[in-house]
Amino acid sequence: MLEVFHSLLFSTLDAAPALVFAALGAMLSERAGVVSVGVEGMMRTGAFCAAVAALVMPTPLAVLVGMAAGAGIAGVHGFLSIRWRSDQVVSGMALNLVAMAGGTFLLESLYGPNGTPAITQLSRWNLPGLSHVPLLGALSGHAAPTYLALTLPFLFHLLLSRTPLGLRLRAVGDKPHAVATLGLSVPALRWGAVLGGGLMAGLGGAVLSTAVLDRFEQHTPAGLGFMALAAMVFGRWTPLGAFAAALFFAFGNALRIGLASSAPWLLDLVPQGFLLALPYLLTLLVLALQGQRGHAPAALGTPYEQESR
Amino acid sequence: MSLEDASLDIVPGELLAVVGENGAGKSSLMNVLYGLYHPDAGTFLMEGKPVRFKSPRDAIARGIGMVHQHFMLVPTLTVAENVVLGREPTKRGLLDLDRACDEVAATAKRFGFQLDPRARVDTLTVGSQQKVEIVKALHRGAQVLILDEPTAVLTPQESDELSQVMRGLVAQGRTVVLISHKLKEVLGVADRVAVMRRGRTVAEVRASETTVSALASLMVGEGSKGAAMTGVPAAASGTQEAATGPVLLEAKDLRATGENGRPALQGVSLTVRAGEIVGIAGVDGNGQRELAEVLTGLRKLDGGEGTLLGGPLAGLTPALAKARGVGHVPEDRLARAVVKAMTVEENVALGRHRQPPFARGPWVDFKGRRERTNQLLNSYDVRPPDPTVALQALSGGNQQKVVVARELDADPKLLVVVQPTRGLDIGAVAQVHARLREARGRGAGVVMVSLDLEEVLALSDRVYVLYEGRVTGHFTREHLDERELGRRMLGAEASHG
Repeated sequence: MLEVFHSLLFSTLDAAPALVFAALGAMLSERAGVVSVGVEGMMRTGAFCAAVAALVMPTPLAVLVGMAAGAGIAGVHGFLSIRWRSDQVVSGMALNLVAMAGGTFLLESLYGPNGTPAITQLSRWNLPGLSHVPLLGALSGHAAPTYLALTLPFLFHLLLSRTPLGLRLRAVGDKPHAVATLGLSVPALRWGAVLGGGLMAGLGGAVLSTAVLDRFEQHTPAGLGFMALAAMVFGRWTPLGAFAAALFFAFGNALRIGLASSAPWLLDLVPQGFLLALPYLLTLLVLALQGQRGHAPAALGTPYEQESR
Repeated sequence: MSLEDASLDIVPGELLAVVGENGAGKSSLMNVLYGLYHPDAGTFLMEGKPVRFKSPRDAIARGIGMVHQHFMLVPTLTVAENVVLGREPTKRGLLDLDRACDEVAATAKRFGFQLDPRARVDTLTVGSQQKVEIVKALHRGAQVLILDEPTAVLTPQESDELSQVMRGLVAQGRTVVLISHKLKEVLGVADRVAVMRRGRTVAEVRASETTVSALASLMVGEGSKGAAMTGVPAAASGTQEAATGPVLLEAKDLRATGENGRPALQGVSLTVRAGEIVGIAGVDGNGQRELAEVLTGLRKLDGGEGTLLGGPLAGLTPALAKARGVGHVPEDRLARAVVKAMTVEENVALGRHRQPPFARGPWVDFKGRRERTNQLLNSYDVRPPDPTVALQALSGGNQQKVVVARELDADPKLLVVVQPTRGLDIGAVAQVHARLREARGRGAGVVMVSLDLEEVLALSDRVYVLYEGRVTGHFTREHLDERELGRRMLGAEASHG
């Protein structure tokens, strides 16, 4: 029993980073008032670019390339939604479609439908003192992103609630005109948040192809970006809330894998499709239970125009 | 193009009032001064030297502060966070909230304000929020403070207090620019008055050397339009006879939830009879809006009961309300009353589009609709009187006339109006008021929610005061007293004895 739990915990921690990073990125952008439905596309871009880059450079560097790629495509979203004040949901969905189609096209024309060639995964770290402690031992043996994912939410929390920049970001998401009348630049703050969000989403994607898998696959990130959005909403747009929600969803993922391997008899009772859908069903269930989006930033999705009130 | 050739001299250490009708360009001029808008032409001298403000940051740096008509506060942040936003004190890179609170408390105290720096702004009253705005400007070292229509949402008591605050600031050597269209109030507090009309400054006079009516005619222009528009509501033209018509609305203990999920109506009882105007007074956000929504079927009741035009109030839908004869002039006409991209005649037909003269059987009756619209445009003096232009091409005042015309044309038994003259110029205000009186004269009951106390006093036969979703006062016309009304708006109970 303990062993089952240990392995569930272990695979939760393996699956969590991508969700945590993407959820934090989406939250950053949305707290500043820019809708982030494009996070799936940003993840996919980051995952693809990191996998390709890892073919020619050390994997840790390739992860940085993936982050930059995420920020780059987030820049397109920023350009449309901040500079041109287009509908942020439409812009984000367009991003998702472009990343979906573009990723498939590039993958098939460069490497064929089965994914990029295998790359060297990020190395896993053994924490010598912990490996043999029951349960806590599950903390050992992960790649760097896992440990980053366990610390970053707290840094984000500090950023948002305890720094001047965080105060301004929160203000710009709730009442941009108030920020403008104080002589601060609304576009600059929103650009920063959108690009920062892109970096995080790109990181989430890069983790998928360099730590969870060892290549970019046709379907990456397979809806994880939307799950990250759900985690952000469930976490009420707070870093620690999104973190907890992302861990919960990652646990759902681990449960699916765990059930399929440790209790094969289940597959006789339940169709495999149901197991595959489990994390997504969990996401739906959670969102349905939470109901209204009462905790969203007040100016979320509203383009900022100076000469209007 | 709301400003053409406007000029203004601001003298240090005085209280300058800028008056003008809505749309005369007062706010635009101030937004130019504050660096929010950029002038197409013209110069701006400070202490004799030309300056150019690219953004409010430049204006703030030169000691100009502005309190906007719609407060520029972040409701989810605390008082201190709002005040220090943009120039936050830090300790080792982190926000030093304790110091922020101390600083804000010190500034507030220096100017005699009572403010809790740790309170969240959305828990404060409107009057206190305004103080936060003023402290915010003073905290940034404002020497010149611009206040845009500061009393529009205040009770008489709060307005008095604000006047004292403004005089106090001037006494401490600051300069105050007050933008207003309430002439009586302006003359009571200002040293000098500048009058704007159609984007120009047309006069500058000393407050001690002018009168309300002199200012009013300057605002409206060369003795035009006559006495109906002196800017002073004609309280005397209210009704004399007491309402004796049948009861149209009888409501007991109404309860409803507001937009924010909090209880908005917590047991409101009221009666409306045919042939009277019942004013609903109160500080913004005390349940008036929700009451109007309940009466028009737009908001569901949580509790209480009532009869509206012969049917139960519970389970009322907008269609049902309309069918029983409820007319509605909502507060936000663009959101609720009209489709701005459609033509004037289409908007006039909205809601009655299946009935003659707007329809014949299943078909639109273009001719009938055109004729009826033309009649209405003429009798309500809508300009331009063109039924085929898009509604958004009309000015706000003319749009409102179209809404009022449409609702009254349906001959409602009960008319629910919310802020019927907000943002309208004096001429349109007088017209809308005349039409409401006319509806009363025809035997309709009118429920009028207004934040403008002058309007409530001028029109109402009876007034209910709402405070935090309860009726804290009920006055008949003979017993209307502005000060007492103001006390009740702040939640004071009836004085005993």
